[in-house]
Parts: sequence; C-alpha cells; structure tokens
Amino acid sequence: MTDSVLVQAVIYLAAAVIGVPLAKRAGLGAVLGYLIAGVVIGPFVLGLVGGEGHHVMHFAEFGVVMMLFLVGLELRPALLWQMRRRIFGLGGLQVVASAAVLAGVALALGVAAKPALATGLILAMSSTAIVLSTLAEKKLLASSGGQGSFSVLLFQDIAVIPILALFPVLAVAAPAASADAGRPGWLQGLLVLGAVIAVVGVGRYLVRPVFRVLSRTGLRETFTAFALLLVVGIALLMTLVDLSPALGTFLAGVMLADSEYRHELEGDIEPFKGLLLGLFFISVGAQIDFGLIADDPVTIAGLTLGTMAVKLGVLYALARLFGFDRPARWLIALGLCQVGEFAFVLLSVATSGGIFDAGFAAPLVAVVALSMGLTPVAFIVLERVVLPWATKDGAPARPADEIAHADVPVVIAGYGRFGQVVGRILRANRVPMTILDLDPEIVEFVVRLDIKVHYGDASRVELLHAAGCARAKVLVVAVDDHAQALAIVHAAREPFPHLQVLARAKDRPTYYELLHAGAHFAMRETFVSAYETGIAALRSLGARAYTAERRAARWRRHEERELAELAALRASGDEEAYWDRTRRALDEAERLMRDEDPVVFAHRDGAWDNESLRVDADARGAPTAADEAPPPLA
Amino acid sequence: MARRILILFAHPVAERSRVGWRLAEAAAEVEGVTVHDLYERYPRFDLDVPREQALLTSHDVIVWQHPFYWYSVPALLKEWADLVLEHGWAYGDGGDALRDQGKLALSCVTTGGPASAYQPGGYNRFTMRQLLSPWDQTAHLCGLRYLAPFVVHGSLRLAGAEDLAPHLARYQRLLAALRDDEVDLDAAAGAEYLDLTHLRGAAA
Repeated sequence: MTDSVLVQAVIYLAAAVIGVPLAKRAGLGAVLGYLIAGVVIGPFVLGLVGGEGHHVMHFAEFGVVMMLFLVGLELRPALLWQMRRRIFGLGGLQVVASAAVLAGVALALGVAAKPALATGLILAMSSTAIVLSTLAEKKLLASSGGQGSFSVLLFQDIAVIPILALFPVLAVAAPAASADAGRPGWLQGLLVLGAVIAVVGVGRYLVRPVFRVLSRTGLRETFTAFALLLVVGIALLMTLVDLSPALGTFLAGVMLADSEYRHELEGDIEPFKGLLLGLFFISVGAQIDFGLIADDPVTIAGLTLGTMAVKLGVLYALARLFGFDRPARWLIALGLCQVGEFAFVLLSVATSGGIFDAGFAAPLVAVVALSMGLTPVAFIVLERVVLPWATKDGAPARPADEIAHADVPVVIAGYGRFGQVVGRILRANRVPMTILDLDPEIVEFVVRLDIKVHYGDASRVELLHAAGCARAKVLVVAVDDHAQALAIVHAAREPFPHLQVLARAKDRPTYYELLHAGAHFAMRETFVSAYETGIAALRSLGARAYTAERRAARWRRHEERELAELAALRASGDEEAYWDRTRRALDEAERLMRDEDPVVFAHRDGAWDNESLRVDADARGAPTAADEAPPPLA
Repeated sequence: MARRILILFAHPVAERSRVGWRLAEAAAEVEGVTVHDLYERYPRFDLDVPREQALLTSHDVIVWQHPFYWYSVPALLKEWADLVLEHGWAYGDGGDALRDQGKLALSCVTTGGPASAYQPGGYNRFTMRQLLSPWDQTAHLCGLRYLAPFVVHGSLRLAGAEDLAPHLARYQRLLAALRDDEVDLDAAAGAEYLDLTHLRGAAA
C-alpha cells in the first residue's frame, strides 16, 4: 500500500517536473503542460496510472478550494461589493442563457426535457481551476476581462448549490441514493446561515489571536499547520451543510483580505495549492477516455466543439451587453467556453440521482475533459490570433487596470527603531508603504496607525511577492539581524531586478556583504548617529556650525572613498586581500586615523581662502571673497 | 518709537573673517539690534521660513550684511531671499506683509577691493549701487525703502584694531541713528554710500 502510494507520487511528480518545463518552453503554458503530462502517463499512452486516477482527481480537487481561498484573500469585501453587478448580472445571465441554449440543442437532438435541462446546466459550468490559474500565469487577472471572467466563475460557484437542489426535481427514474433527503428546507437554511456566520466569525475574530499565540512559539510550521487547518476545516464545515467548500473558503479568504496575516496565509497555502492544482490537471489529462473518443470521434468532437461554440457565443454577447471592450470580450468568451470540473461532480450526482444513465453520461464526461484540454489551446489562439486582430481595429488594448490592491511603491522589511525612522519620513511625504515584520506587537501597533503591515519572514520570496515587490520601486531592508538582512537581499534581487534594495548594515564587513549580495545602497546603522555626534563635538569645541558641517562632510567623502575601495576589493574576488584587510580591523582603524591627520587631511577652502588674493588686492579690487585669512584650525 | 533693527549676517567662514565678524559683533552691542547669524543657524540650508518671516515682521530695518562674493551675496543669503520673500507674502497678489509700514532695508558689505575699483573705468567697472541693484529692486518690490549701502572697502588690507576701529564706530553710530530716526532718509536713499553725513543736523 505504502509502496503503491510512493510509486504513484513519483509518477505524478515526475510527470509534472518533466511536462511543465517542456510545455512552458514550447510556449504552451503550465496548465497545458500538466494536461499533456496526464495524457502521457494515462491509460492510453504509457498506462502508468489507471482506475485510481479518479480518486487522485477527487483529492486534487482540493487545490481548487485552496485557490479560491487565495483569490478571496486578494479581494477585500468592498471590492467584492463593487463587483456585485457583474457577478450576479453577467454571471447569472451566463448560466441561464448557456443552459437554455444548450438544453434547447439537446432537445433538438432528441433528448427528453428533464435530462436536456440537466445537461444544459451541467455544460454551462466553466473551469475555475484552469481559467483562474491561466489568467494568473498570464497576469491577466487584473485586467477588465480577467475581472469579468472571475465574476462569472464566482457566480457559477454559487449557482452549484441551487442546481444541486434542483436535480431531484429533474429525476425521471427513482434516485439511486439520496444522502440527506430527510433534511427539511428550513433546517437546511438555518444550517447554511449558521455555517456562513461561523466562517465570517472565524475570519474576523479567531484568526488574529491564534496567529499571535503561534507567532510567540517562533515555530514556522505551526503557522503552516494552522493555515491548512483553517482551509480544510472550513471546507469540511461547508461539506457538512451541503455548501460548496470552494465558496466557503473563498468567503473566509475575503474576510481575511484586510488582515495583516494575509501574506503569511498566502505564503503558507500557495505551495499546496500549486501542487494540488497541478495534480488535478494531470488527473484530468489521465481521465480523458481516448477509447470512447476513438469509437466515435466525429460525435465527440462535434459535441465538444458545438458546446464550446454555443458558450462562446453566449459569453461574447453578454460581455458586449455589459460594456466590455473588444479584447476583454474575447478574453471572457474564449477563456470561459470550456466545461469545468464542477461538471464531473454534477454528472455523477445526476447519474446517481436518476436523471440520466451512465451510458448517457460517458460521452459527456469525455466532452468535459476534452474541452478542458482545449482551453490552453483556446488561450494560445486568443493571444496569438484574436487579440492582435481585436486590438488592431478596435478599442486599444487596455493595460491591466485596477484590481484588489493599489500599487505600493515602498516595502519595508523590519519595522524596529531603524525601519520606523525610514517609515516616518516616507509617511510624512505621503508615500504609501507595506511593512513586513516578525514581531506581533510591532505588527499590531502599526495596524493601529492604519499602515499596511504583514506578519512574516521577509526572506521568503512568496512573502515579498505577496507584499507587492513585483510592482514596488524600493525595498528597505531594515531588520537588525545581519544574516536575516542578507537573506532578504538574496531573496529579493533575482525575482525583482527592477527593485531598488536599500539595506541596513551593522558595520564595514556586513556593509560589503550586503553590497556584494546585490543591495544598491547600504548604510552602517550607527554611522550617521556617530557622524552627527562628531559634528556636535566640533561645535562644542567652538567651531562654527557651517564649518563643522563642511569639515565633517569632507571627512565623510574621504571615508566613503575608502569604503568604496575596499568594496571594490571585495567585489574583485580577491578574497585573500579582502579578508586580510578586514581581519586586521584594528590595523585598518589605525590606518584610517592616520589618514585623517590634519597634515594629510588639508582643510583649505579654495575660493574662501584668499591669501593669494591679498597680494593682488594691493594693486586693484579683488573680485571674490576678500576679507579673511586662514588661521590654523582651533 | 525706536526702530527695531534686524541684521541678517551671512558669512560661510565668519571665524576667519577680518572685518565682517567684527562688524557683526559691534552691531550686536547697539541696543535694539538683533544679529541673526544665518550660517550658524542653518548650516544645512534648511531655512525655517515661518520663523524668518516672523523676524521680518517684528523688525523695522533689515540689514543684509555679507562679504561681496562675485559681486553678490553668499549662497545662504540668496537661499534666504528665494525662500523667505515668498510670493503672496512679500510680493505679488496679497503679498503685503512688509509693505507700507515705513520699513527700511540696506546692505552692509565688505569688499577686498578699494572704493576706487568700484566706479566706471575702475577695475570692477560698476559702482556698488549698480552691483547691488538686485537687492535694491528686491526691497522695492516688497515695499521696503532701500537705503544706500554701508560698505567697508579694502578689507584685505585692514590689519590691526586701530585700522578697524573707525569703521566699527561709524557702523554703530549709523545703526543707532537708524533706530532713533536721526537719519535723513531721502538723502540716504539717494546717496552712493550710507555715511555719517546723512545724519539729520549733520554738516552737509
């Protein structure tokens, strides 16, 4: 048993590891890569996986649940409210109109009324899994077409509940099994209401204190465990009251979208979601019954393309009705014209509910799987053919516009004594910023100041992503632990080449290391305060303020030149010479002090020193500064 | 009522100055005179504009005292004029903060060259008043009456205390006269240099 699980795991993982990079290289996108990998390991090519594919798919469907949780995290309640017209208008009409037309076609093909209606409703569903992950991969989620697509998918998620409720009415034969037929309507309503209140309550009032307690333990894995517990728990609760688990976790996500722990949750769930969704796509690929298709290729192909054509037409007309521009209309229509994973669930319910028999369902399963397999192809057609044409003689392509969160130009990692000064200067200049910190108390006080703050370890690339580093201009690394600072700089440089990284260094060696790691600017944390104290000392000795400033500034220029020379030595890769110099830090300090000897470190003031003018002045008027002689420095 | 006098002293290396610093010290001894040492107060050029404007409103005579660098003022005094004499405050629409209150302005300048260098045909070709005309016009635009400058020429050759003493005394006397309204303003406004001859009742 264990062996077979391990074997299965190796097959699926290997398929993903080999298939996805190949597909990406061929420009086909990750989703198609997974699907092809699934076909290859499936019963009709290599035969590495067989009947258990169904169970794998069922398990992997949880990836969709996680994905909707993550989508919810991106959507603040206010934004969701703004989208209500599209969700219920565009989404609602899409389900009704697609179902009606498809049912009409089924009727015309000789199907009885009730099964025809059920078929229409089932085929009206689109694939949340494929469409959302493709949109995210192509960074189209934020575009108006992306948002329209999302609205439709969200409505379909909601619509599954009434559709499931409707199916018993459509049954022509006696239902084979009925799980909860005994539950009266009012009780069901009450349970649903209770579950929704429970989800909102957990999101609002429970997550924060639990995270606070967990963060005190300092164990990262307890965070991951809690994040998983949250998602799985809500999914379970939803299943118990016959609601869509995806919808429940989506709601929980929305509740947590404003929370400072949002990025931490994203970072924890993201890898699981990615793996499970990949697994899901592979199992869809493995499920495509090529035997059935081979038996009657014309019928299956006709049904598949016909279904997609009907949905495409309905979606395009509705998108036009709702005022989307041409590129957005095509994105919505081509993107959503497949039949989605919900159809697998609905088909099995419809079969067991006696609406139609297994023989009627089998070709439909093939149609669903094939249409999902064709979706990445549809996206390729959209990108390479339709969009260039649609944008050429129509409305100009709109750049990705506003979605869930506005871009924040500055991310500050570490909001202790150092980060706070940086942050206050930015805040005084109305520069929005996102703050990352690992201290729950700091996180809480910053929240009260109404600044975006996220609990988490900034050396994790996912957290940097979640904090918006892809769009930010500046990352300030202000943590006090040097190893941590170095890890953040390392984590940030490669994925975000445009990002200016400003780092806090402890001393000279750490300064060099940070620059070496790719920081654009580094500042020794005590340098400026010591520098200011040096100026204050000169002033206490009686130096004029401006003179003290200029002397210190001149010394600083000299100091920074030294620093740059050593940094160059470090960068040149001459480790020997560099370490030799840093190891002898005291010698270095002595050498530096020697260089500052006033004899070496001359203090002439150029034009303001006018001994030379004095000679001239006897004969005629001197044009420049003219009334002082340089006495020795006090 | 006695006029209150504000000396805006601008010298980047006052500790090395031969004349400017001494003049400022001497001025500070005169009652009713505020010496405002700009470079000491704003070594980073971070002028506190509201504070500077308040100083202007609370004084009746503004003296710009500075060495004559490239026929002009040291950088900080220019910065002061740029930022403090704001549009809408000192001039332009609604810029009446200093206007029509009988306020006076003058320059107190130290130069290395002798007086003979500052005239047509001289080494510097222009007179002091010509070279200072931007400040004349600045005062005029802000509704201040600009008087002839108080100038100490040839400062590079002023060596000992005995050379400097007459200049310091003259400066103190003129400041006291401005305070006590003993200066013939019409004469002082039209002259080439502000001098003791402009005291009311002085022999012409």
